[in-house]
Amino acid sequence: MFEIKTIETDVLIIGGGTAGCFCALTISEQSDLNVVITDKAHIKRSGCLAAGVNALNAYIGKGETPESFVDYVRGDSEGVIREDLVYTIAQRLNKVARRLEELGVPILKDQNGEYVQRGPRSVKINGENIKPLLAEAVLDKDNINVLNHVNIVDYLVKDGAVVGAVGFSLKDNRIYEIYAKKTVCATGGAAGLYKPNNPAFSRHKMWYSPFNTGAGYAMGVRAGAEMTTFEMRFIALRCKDTIAPTGTISQGINTVQVNAKGEEYVGKYGEPTTYMRLYATVMENLKGNGPCFLKTRGITREQQNELIKAYLNMAPAQALKWVEMNSGPAEENVEIEGTEPYIVGGHAASGYWVDADRRTTIQNLYAIGDVAGGSPKKYVTGCLAEGEIAAMSILETIKEGHIVRLNRDEISRKSKDILHFFSNEPPLYTIEEVEGAMQKVMDEYAGGISMAYIYNNAKLAIAAKRIEELLTIVEALKAESVHELLSIFEIIDRLFVCKVLIKHLEARQETRWRCYQENGDYPQKDDDRWMKYVNSVYKDGEVEILLRDLVGRDETYEHPSQ
Amino acid sequence: MSIQVNKAKCVSCGQCCDVCPGNLIQKDKNDKAYIKYPQECWGCTACVKECPVGAIKYHLGIDIGGKGGYLYTKNRGDYMDWFIVSLDRRKHQITINKKESNKY
Repeated sequence: MFEIKTIETDVLIIGGGTAGCFCALTISEQSDLNVVITDKAHIKRSGCLAAGVNALNAYIGKGETPESFVDYVRGDSEGVIREDLVYTIAQRLNKVARRLEELGVPILKDQNGEYVQRGPRSVKINGENIKPLLAEAVLDKDNINVLNHVNIVDYLVKDGAVVGAVGFSLKDNRIYEIYAKKTVCATGGAAGLYKPNNPAFSRHKMWYSPFNTGAGYAMGVRAGAEMTTFEMRFIALRCKDTIAPTGTISQGINTVQVNAKGEEYVGKYGEPTTYMRLYATVMENLKGNGPCFLKTRGITREQQNELIKAYLNMAPAQALKWVEMNSGPAEENVEIEGTEPYIVGGHAASGYWVDADRRTTIQNLYAIGDVAGGSPKKYVTGCLAEGEIAAMSILETIKEGHIVRLNRDEISRKSKDILHFFSNEPPLYTIEEVEGAMQKVMDEYAGGISMAYIYNNAKLAIAAKRIEELLTIVEALKAESVHELLSIFEIIDRLFVCKVLIKHLEARQETRWRCYQENGDYPQKDDDRWMKYVNSVYKDGEVEILLRDLVGRDETYEHPSQ
Repeated sequence: MSIQVNKAKCVSCGQCCDVCPGNLIQKDKNDKAYIKYPQECWGCTACVKECPVGAIKYHLGIDIGGKGGYLYTKNRGDYMDWFIVSLDRRKHQITINKKESNKY
């Protein structure tokens, strides 16, 4: 039997990653408001920084300014970004980096006490402990209540406003209904939509956290929130098989990308933007010039030893691989490959359409971090900045807020919606089979790895039809445990993300970002028609596309309805 | 990519079950931890670092080049010792000062 546990709080933050924890800390330090953080795992190691992080890659280095940071992000993203959002992040980057250092994250300094830069916008750190340090700071606060192992399933909505959220515990038989004056979505992006690089035993050896399943996007979609730029997928260029970061090597010791013949190939394809380095690698492999590598052979033993340490601090698989093969980057070049596509607003621009304060289009709902759209390349420090921006807005506006509750019937219906999966008849298909079916159709018909990331309208139509079928089939799945119940909701959320993604891919009739959004019907970039945001709203089972004009960096964007 | 718990060493503290970001580790009927969903492991090593008795080993899946070796850690305050044992039983120790930044 499940009991229903009701909680009231001033602020509910869904997801205890970097953005969520920092938002909570900011509110807690500046007010006595009560904050509840829910996390489906434990905030000590939940989310995409569980293993650590290799650097702070959003930072205003020497000679750079917030303006030049925006220019860089705009250029790297082919102009379609929310400059206003990126600018407000840029203004806070160095402040939040210092705050991280105060919390205990080591940042490399020179003799004068200045941060050592890895690149113009990057500083060197030891990010292994970043989550435990943030968690410790959060758990230290009396007015933050952390509910670990609680998986939120949907927002509670009354009269068009979010009044809280509902979910279930993974540790005891409890449904949680949590009411809040303000709710912040900080659940991260979506992995596991496409067939992964390692589809067999190591299927979860991926770049992004496989436990970030697009829950925040899906909840927002179902509640009718406007979403933006899902079609700008993110595909990482990674060390082959271990899917470990390449930046540590390429930026850290300044290596180039070479093909099997030893040729430096990126320049053949154009400016070496983030996606171009990936596109060039995909093309070299298609032309038969693979495998492609980071040219590390010949680096010193000392460099190799430092690289091994750096990888232990964020992606230990790569360190294990080198030591196990009794070799290393000094002797062998490091093979690289592109990952499966992810939807993630911290690297690309997919996510909630937010205003300058990170308010979504639904009243009383904020979105920050990887789940918030429009501002690519925000990374860890950008997520902290957004946590702070939302916190400041909440502090200013919460006086007007009040708790609104749903009535007993409505809650009991929500509870039944969650629990009915326990009482379903044994179905024909397992949860794992449905996941495999989704990943296969997305791979083959919505531009996955096996199609060199290219799709066209005819293929997307097949993908769209199959995703609809799977959305019906999941309703019949059966849960034998709360973990299986979690897996069912994860697959439902991913299917919703796929549904919206397919519409966005179809809507942008050009190819703006090679690999990320490679439309076979429209293989060229078309600035005359497509310097626009592709946005969408889900209504009555359909995804409606809206095109919106670009927002400049000096504008303060407000939602029309607010 | 996954982990294995040495049940003889496991002290049933449950910290690995708590910290796994995928909720993949549970206790068996003897109160010992085990990974219930080994194929769903991300390879973050949160559990390996959390284990107070070094009972958890981490290995590369055979599909991504695993050669039978494994790693485990020992926490010593500001230092973390990483041990990598290859198939031929050679043990490599790498000590990391947690207060020091990466060089790269």
